[in-house]
Order: sequence, then structure tokens, then C-alpha cells
Amino acid sequence: MTESYPKGTSRRAALGALGLAGVGALTAGCGSPIAAGIAGTGPDATSLTYWNLFTGGDGINMVAMTDRFRARHHNVHVDAVTLAWGTPYYTKLALAVIGDRPPDVAITHLSRLPTLAEGNLVEPLRPADLTAHGLTGDRFTAAAWRKGQVGGAQYAVPLDTHPFVMFYRTDVCAKAGLLDGSGKLKPIEGTDGLVAALSACAKVTGGYGGVVNVNADPATCWRWFDTLYGQLGGQVLADNGTRIVLDEAKAEKALSFARELTVQRKLMPSNIDGSGVTQLFASGKVGLLFDGEWQIPTYQGAKTPFSVAPVPNLFGGTYHCFADSHALILPRNGRRDARRRDASLTLVRGLLDNSLIWAKGGHIPAFREIQDSATFRRMEPQSQYVPAAKAAIYDPAGWYSGAGSDFENIMGFAVSAVEAGQLHPAAAIAQLRRKLADYASRPAPVGGTNS
Amino acid sequence: MTATVAAPAGALPGVKDEPRAAGVIGQTRAGWGLLTPFLVLYLAFLIGPAVYGLLMSFFDGSSVRPGLGPFAGLDNYTEALTSADFWSSMWHTVLFTILTTPPLVIVALLLAMLTDRIRRGKWFFRLVFFAPYVMPVTCVGLVFTWMYVPQTGLFATWLGALGLPAPAWLADPNWAMIAIALMTVWWTIGFNFVLYLAGLQDIPRELYEASAVDGAGPGAQWWRITVPLLSRTTVLVTMLQIIASLKVFDQIYLLTAGGPNYSTRPVIEYIYDVGFTDFRTGYGAAASMLYFVVILAVSAVWFAISRRRA
Repeated sequence: MTESYPKGTSRRAALGALGLAGVGALTAGCGSPIAAGIAGTGPDATSLTYWNLFTGGDGINMVAMTDRFRARHHNVHVDAVTLAWGTPYYTKLALAVIGDRPPDVAITHLSRLPTLAEGNLVEPLRPADLTAHGLTGDRFTAAAWRKGQVGGAQYAVPLDTHPFVMFYRTDVCAKAGLLDGSGKLKPIEGTDGLVAALSACAKVTGGYGGVVNVNADPATCWRWFDTLYGQLGGQVLADNGTRIVLDEAKAEKALSFARELTVQRKLMPSNIDGSGVTQLFASGKVGLLFDGEWQIPTYQGAKTPFSVAPVPNLFGGTYHCFADSHALILPRNGRRDARRRDASLTLVRGLLDNSLIWAKGGHIPAFREIQDSATFRRMEPQSQYVPAAKAAIYDPAGWYSGAGSDFENIMGFAVSAVEAGQLHPAAAIAQLRRKLADYASRPAPVGGTNS
Repeated sequence: MTATVAAPAGALPGVKDEPRAAGVIGQTRAGWGLLTPFLVLYLAFLIGPAVYGLLMSFFDGSSVRPGLGPFAGLDNYTEALTSADFWSSMWHTVLFTILTTPPLVIVALLLAMLTDRIRRGKWFFRLVFFAPYVMPVTCVGLVFTWMYVPQTGLFATWLGALGLPAPAWLADPNWAMIAIALMTVWWTIGFNFVLYLAGLQDIPRELYEASAVDGAGPGAQWWRITVPLLSRTTVLVTMLQIIASLKVFDQIYLLTAGGPNYSTRPVIEYIYDVGFTDFRTGYGAAASMLYFVVILAVSAVWFAISRRRA
């Protein structure tokens, strides 16, 4: 063994040298985030960490936006971190703030914002700072900007609105006679209208007419139900999630209609998962697809002939469809000084300025300058469903609700069981009541009070 | 077997006692010294957090509030023990264990016996049966999700070719757990297989030869020699398998996320849901402690059995 060392060097000396080299590497790396994290010094004021939860097409777009920002702002160094969507992201964000190592800027869903604000995990944005960076309410989609407020204070700057929409295959719908002269989908009115359109598509495909995800994706099931139930004017929670206001008659109507399409009429599959949905729509085995607009890149990539329209108004009431927004927040950080706050808001503004790239992912930019721009207006099919953003009503507030929450799971699992024919609407409603009551009656683990 | 009984060193004539004793003390010190890094890690990352978890379970803690939170006494335990959701998730874990343990023990034994009988190219079968075990759960989950796809998936195609209707594997509450168990058996059988193969190779060939001389057929040899001499391996494999199955989480989370309609949510996912998604660390800790007691009881049974056999 010893012969592998140079002459006159003992093993101990060699190991010692290795150890010294290691210490040297550590101290030399003081500028690195790891060393700064260990020492607790924090990086330079103009060096920002930015956390987001975007992968896939959205991830690529976000990287492009960050790169553009970097190219224009050499004095701000952005360290972008991508984390997995959903519960893990919000858990990590919360723990990072509690552990005093928060990112400077982070993405949140607006439906999650009330919980983050009540948990004191996010900093309110001062009006003066916002004005200084040109981030004022009049320059954003009103619904999204309002949802960025909690208790009268602005906490988040919205990046987009992402509604639940209706995709349609232009080839299938053309054969089914559902398109107008300009190749756009003719308006579909009422539940009868949708049943007729689905039947027409089913005749063309020889199988199903449309599709919505049923299996193993409670979030999508909740979005579909919320779209139907919301059009009936129904609400699920009130008073910050402490009261269940589920309207049984309306919920039963919505659930029965969802079930009618799958189980009774077999116009949509009652047993289908995410990859199955993509397969059916991309291969033209259905004409209509109900899903989030963020799936647009999937079908553009698959060269599917398709377009997108808002989900039709099925029950004749005030128009509603599920929607949420991505927004930018400054997680709470006691060490954030004026300079760092300024740099953080510069990044926020920079991302908004580049949100035309973001729109490629299907999202409707919340920044009006981009939304009203001629380039976005020409963007197909994105410009087709802008009204959905203006009508957005977000998930009800409550410590257990919001994107990827247990509320979505409880609602989604019950809806899925109804669509799959495993549960009758009345039984599903009873289950919903029981499970929700468990949460509504409990003191919130977030914030000081329930109010 | 040549058994040599070592004489106690102290009984040897001409060796003084003092230097030996000092040497032993020195060795003990060195032993502890060598153990220290492990002990520090063990205390810091296992014992410490476990004690902290026990402490947490008596408080209404939240992951978005610093500190332990208000004292809750036994409230968290009462809530878990009276929660229908907790018990149904407990049952799903037990159901998964019942569905996976017998095949993972019996099929592993059969595969090991077949491989053991092969004269040439044994390495190939060892590799083939063990290979799935080294695959990450995400890959296995993804592959099986595709195979379980209704209508177009591989399983549906195969059954269709046989003229059989395919069940809604992951969407039917009656089938979802079976589908997950099936995937788990394929994925993890390699580990038990290797243990059994090692056990089989430890059985002296002379026993078979001697019994053949005495006129024992293959059946008698299997029942009178193989099975009894493998019993220690069987106890080990079974108990390790039960404990592994009781800890199921990953593949269920990836395949069904606990659905359809919570019908496959195992207790660890329940703990994850209440502890992380709902921020309720105190309650999550209490549920974990209850579950820890179950695992401890199973381990105690193993300990008792293996001690008796030793």
C-alpha cells in the first residue's frame, strides 16, 4: 500500500494533506451558497435566491425568463431553484422561512396565499415600494391582483391566471359540424348543448366524445367539479374554512351531470388516468378535453390539431370556471434590508416584463401591458380564453385549502368516485361533509386564530 | 468440521496478568473510539429525533409555527385512535402486507430452488431475478402505470388477447391494492430470492447424497432436508418482508396517491398528509408513535422466534 505514496511521505502525512486541502476548499468557497449557509452570513445583497415549482414546458419558459432578466441586470445575481410542485413545495417553503433560510423571491399559487400570510411566512409589500417598481393594481388583471391581498395588505404580485378550459380537436369537431365558418367552435349552451356536442364527436370517433381525468388526480377532479358547481352559484367553505356551506341540491346536480356523461351516457371514459387522457386527445379518439390550459405545450408538441375555448356556461347562471394564479412573493426574512428588497422587486418586475414567454405555456399574463399587447392578442389559442381570467373565482380560503391541499384531495376523490360509478352523488356528498367537518371544526395550525 | 476449543488465555502458564488487563482496557478504549462516529450519528439522527418525536406528540405543534406549540396531553392520541381515517389507513397497510408477504416469500423460495438446480449460467438467473430490485421506485411506478393504463395498457392488451376483460386496475377500489401488490412483488422479490439462494447453497450436499443412498425421493428430500434447514432463512425473510411491507408508501403514492377514494392510502401516507400537508406536526407525531408501537410489536415477535431457534 505505502508504495503508492511518494518516497518519504507517510500515510498519515498524506491523509493530513488531504484534510487540509478539504478545509482549504471549504474556506475558498465562502462565496458559495453552501458555505454562506453554514456560516449563516447570507450571500451578497444583490445576489438573490428565487424558488419556483415549474418543470416541463413551464420550467423551460421560466428558465428563459430568468435568463433574460440576468442578461439585462448584471448587478443582480439570480440563483433560481426549481422544486417539485404541490405539497412538498409548500412544506419546504414553510420550513425554510421557519428555519430562517428563506429564498428572496418565491412563487406561490394565489389559492395558497391566505394560509401563507396567516402563517406569517410572507412579507406584506409596501405600497411605496410597489409604486417605485411600477407594480400597481391598475396594471394587473383585477381578480388576480385582489386575490394577492390578505386583510387589506398586498402580499403577492400575480404572474398569470390559469383557468380550467375546454380543448377541442379541430378535425374531429369539423366533422361533427361543431365549427363555424372561421374554424372556431360554435358556442355550446347548456348541459343539453354539451351532451349534443359530445354525442356528435362520439359519432365521429366511434367511441367517446370527450374526456376529463378521473383516476389518481384529485386536483383535476376538483377543478371539473368546481367549474360545474360554481356555475350553479355553489360554494363549499365560508368564514376562512370554519364553516361548511356545501349546497347539497346544487352539488348533487353538478355531480349527477358529471356522472351522466361518464356512467350513463358513456360520452366520456369513466376510467382514465393522465397519460390515458393525453393519448385519447392526441390521437383523436375524443373531440373535447377538459383540463388546465397549461397542457397546451403538450399538444403543441404532439402536433395535435386543436384549439381552446372557455368551458361553456352549462347551467345558465353567472359564468364560472376553476382558476388559480401563480404569483410572486417575498418570503419573510428578518435580514432583508432596503437594498435587497429593491433587488427582489426588480426581479419580480423583470419576470413580469418577460411574461410573454410565460404565456407560451398557456397562461394568461396578469400584467396588463403584456395581456393587452398586440403580440399576445395574436397568440393562438391563448387569446381565446382571456375572459376566463377576468371571471376567475379562486378556491375558498381555509388553512387546509388551496393548490395541492387536503381540501382538493377530499373533494377530488369523492368526485372521482362518482364519475367512475363507484359512489352515488348523495353518498359522495355525505362523505364530503364528514371529511370536511373534521377540518372545519379544528383550530387552525396556521396563524394565531381562525379569523 | 474440526472443532477446536480455545483454552482461556489466562490459564496459560508463564503469562503475567497485568499487561494483559492493560491491553484489554486499551482495546476497549480503541473499540469505543472506533464506534464513536457511528454512535454520534446514531444519537443525532435516530435516537434524538425519535425522542423529540415522542415529545412532539404531546403538543399541538405546527410546521409553520416555531416551537412545540400548546400542550395537548393525550389529545392527539385520542384523536388518532378514534379517527376512522387513521384506522382505515392502518387496515390498508395491513391488507398490503397480507397481499405481498406470502407471494414474496413463497415465490422467492421457488425461484431460488429453480436457480439452485441449474448447473450452467446460474449467474444469468441470479441477475435476472435480482435486477428489478435495484431499480428506483419512480421508474418501476412509471412503467407499471403505463402497463395498467385502461384499454391501451400492456395488461389490458394481454388479457384482451386471451378474451378476458381487464379490470380497471388502478381505478377500481377492489383492484387497486392488488395491482400495487403485483407490482411490488415483481419489483422487490430479488432481495428475498438472494437470501434464499444463499440459504440453499449453505445446505451440505452430503445430506442429499446420504439421503439418496437411504432411498429418499426428491419430495422427501425437499420436505425433510431443504425445508427444515432453510427454516432460519424463512423466519428471517418473512419477518424482514412483513416489516418492509408495513412501511409501504412510495409505490402507492406514485401509483394511486392513496386513491381511488382513499381506498389504498397506507398509514404512512396518512401521517404524511396530516403532518406535512396539514402542517399538524404534533398530531402527525402521535400517529407515527402509534404506528411505531405496531412495528415494534412485530419486531418483538421476530426477536422471540429467532432467539428460540438460536
